[in-house]
Amino acid sequence: MDLTYTQEEESFRAGLREWLARTLPQLPARPDPLDWPGRRAYDMGWQRRLYDAGYAGLHWPVDAGGRGATPTQHLIFLEETEKAGAPYVGANFVGLLHAGPTIASEGTPGQRARWLPPVLRGDEVWCQGFSEPDAGSDLASLRTRAWRDGDDYVVSGSKIWTSHAEVADWCELLVRTTPVSEDVPKHRGITWLAMPMDAPGITVRPLRTLAGSTEFAEMFLDEVRVPVANRVGAENDGWRVTMVTLSYERGTAFVGEVVACRRVLGELAREARKNGRWDDAVLRRRLGRLGAEFGALWRLTQWNVSESQRAGTGVPGIGGSVFKLRYSHARQELYEAAGEVLGAGALDLDHEWTLDRLSSLSYTIAAGTSQIQQNIVAERILGLPKGR
Amino acid sequence: MDFQLTEDQQALKSGVRELLEGRFGGEALRAAVGPGDASGSEVPSLDRNLWRELGDAGFFSLRVPEAQGGVGLALPEAVLAFEEAGRVLLPGPLVATFLAARDVAGAAQGVTVVTAPYGGLVPWLDAADVAQGDVSGAVPLRSVDPLTPLHRVSASTPSSAPSSREGSEGGAEADLLLAAEQLGSAARTCEMAVQYARERTQFGQPIGAFQAVKHLCAQMLVRAEVARVAVYAAAVTGDVLEIAGAKLLADEAAVRNARDCLQVHGGMGFTWEADVHLHLKRAWVRAGLGQSAARAEEELAAAL
Ligand SMILES: Cc1cc2nc3c(=O)[nH]c(=O)nc-3n(C[C@H](O)[C@H](O)[C@H](O)COP(=O)(O)OP(=O)(O)OC[C@H]3O[C@@H](n4cnc5c(N)ncnc54)[C@H](O)[C@@H]3O)c2cc1C
Repeated sequence: MDLTYTQEEESFRAGLREWLARTLPQLPARPDPLDWPGRRAYDMGWQRRLYDAGYAGLHWPVDAGGRGATPTQHLIFLEETEKAGAPYVGANFVGLLHAGPTIASEGTPGQRARWLPPVLRGDEVWCQGFSEPDAGSDLASLRTRAWRDGDDYVVSGSKIWTSHAEVADWCELLVRTTPVSEDVPKHRGITWLAMPMDAPGITVRPLRTLAGSTEFAEMFLDEVRVPVANRVGAENDGWRVTMVTLSYERGTAFVGEVVACRRVLGELAREARKNGRWDDAVLRRRLGRLGAEFGALWRLTQWNVSESQRAGTGVPGIGGSVFKLRYSHARQELYEAAGEVLGAGALDLDHEWTLDRLSSLSYTIAAGTSQIQQNIVAERILGLPKGR
Repeated sequence: MDFQLTEDQQALKSGVRELLEGRFGGEALRAAVGPGDASGSEVPSLDRNLWRELGDAGFFSLRVPEAQGGVGLALPEAVLAFEEAGRVLLPGPLVATFLAARDVAGAAQGVTVVTAPYGGLVPWLDAADVAQGDVSGAVPLRSVDPLTPLHRVSASTPSSAPSSREGSEGGAEADLLLAAEQLGSAARTCEMAVQYARERTQFGQPIGAFQAVKHLCAQMLVRAEVARVAVYAAAVTGDVLEIAGAKLLADEAAVRNARDCLQVHGGMGFTWEADVHLHLKRAWVRAGLGQSAARAEEELAAAL
């Protein structure tokens, strides 16, 4: 059990800190949350700076254009960028955190050469077309169909809750290539495609979230032609590929955010001391407890990173589900406490914590609901029987 | 950074587990607890032979430097050993004897049994050879835990401010070792619940196939794992605040896991035969010893 960083890791950290201190003041002002083209430009501008400085795709393999950094270096990267208040991956989330890694691990050399560099350079944005109106938690029951016509798949159906669809260039799309029958259970017969978002037949209709912004959209697909060459993995083997994608999504996506939550907690305490709420022992103890909680979640992150480093896979293990379960609730508790600290101020939509409080409500839903995560933990870690 | 257990640490952990399961397994635990009928208000006796065997195996001298005849290991190793002790509900004033191994003759060898007051309570006062700290006016309680006799001491030592906690009853190291025992218990009750949920059938299938049961079990695992990283990290850093957080989370994991385990066992869980109640009662006692949740939360808040 060792929590100290090596000389090499520390010098990596120092170099990064120095670069962040130099670079962050040069960034343009943050765009309005409702201005999607502006957000895309801002997020991809940040990605470009990372690319030019050699920090893009830090944890990606070298032959995929990344730096092949160890999971620990990646952890340091996420910790330091968050501490310095650097921009979040934002619109580049899907490309960088799961479509990219999936293509890196499952794609052909040609596919890697085509799709990975633009993600790292900040030229192309990806979105995730998994969920459908009738296939959310039960993702494998998806119905969007695709059939072969010469060198193309022809795709029809609809997707929902597609984040960043408004500004995406590509979509990691799950389609059904063989209908469900007695011989073909629903997990088979699914295929993973890279769909260009400018193909004819795609309609994107933004959905307003409870926070008032349009984070995600509905997508209607009407005989959209996707080249067979855009298929990642074999036909009907998409479920396995999807599991690779989801392990990335659950494993690394929240690391930087733990650091952010610890920072917000400190700010909450400062605010409470200033506005007199600190005298409330119940509230004070609640904040103290959250201190222990986020401290432990950071340690859990280090534990999981050490585990994947030892396994040499780089793919976060199933521990990601344990982390996500606890973290999503802790984050919601943090913003509930913020509501108590701020009092009437918490009802002001212009307060940055109010929007964060609203968005924290999605954490127990997106990327697999808490109920689904509990099923995963019970069945795959504890070995309890599948059932109702 | 490699926060996983080293090979030596893994070997130590499984060595201690083997020793304890061989010497104080389920049978021994039940024998020590007795039948538990209403008349039986007997005070349990400390198994001196077991105590000496632990001493011979180096349990108490784990942190005593080799030059002084000890094993010369550090806090993380102590925590791993105490986690195993917590798993099997090893009875006795383990923490006080362990902490006295360097100063009190015979403690390291398991010949002298040492106790001390923590959080206003003294475990095993009558059975101990040495009581460290002020135990004057100690009043016996009829202890809820059949394997931990307790005395209460008046809070003459004022509950000290966070800064002077090192010098207060037990100190941070005692809290950490108690937290490690809680972790062992929390992980064990999770295993017990999962095992029972696989075996017990109702409505024609194992109860573990029902989601309501599954989710109880999943939350038990999450609690135990969060407590685990908190306790291990606190052992590595030795940081007083991190120890306060570890005690807080481990107390909660042990108590709530025992309660959920009891629930999963249904009516069987409410019986004296099922060991679940022993875990719950010991978890309450350990939460009462050392730093309370309220104090830990205040300390953590003060540091924000
Ligand atoms: C902010 C946000 C962004 C998202 N972005 C994307 C995206 O970019 N791409 C994409 O493909 N998807 C995206 N999603 C969709 C997300 O993955 C789904 O919302 C999620 O998987 C739940 O599916 P659902 O909404 O259909 O809810 P349902 O599956 O209908 O669930 C409703 C309720 O029933 C419970 N439930 C369902 N099945 C079970 C079961 N077996 N056992 C116990 N309880 C159950 C759920 O836990 C939940 O409480 C996003 C969602 C949100 C909130």
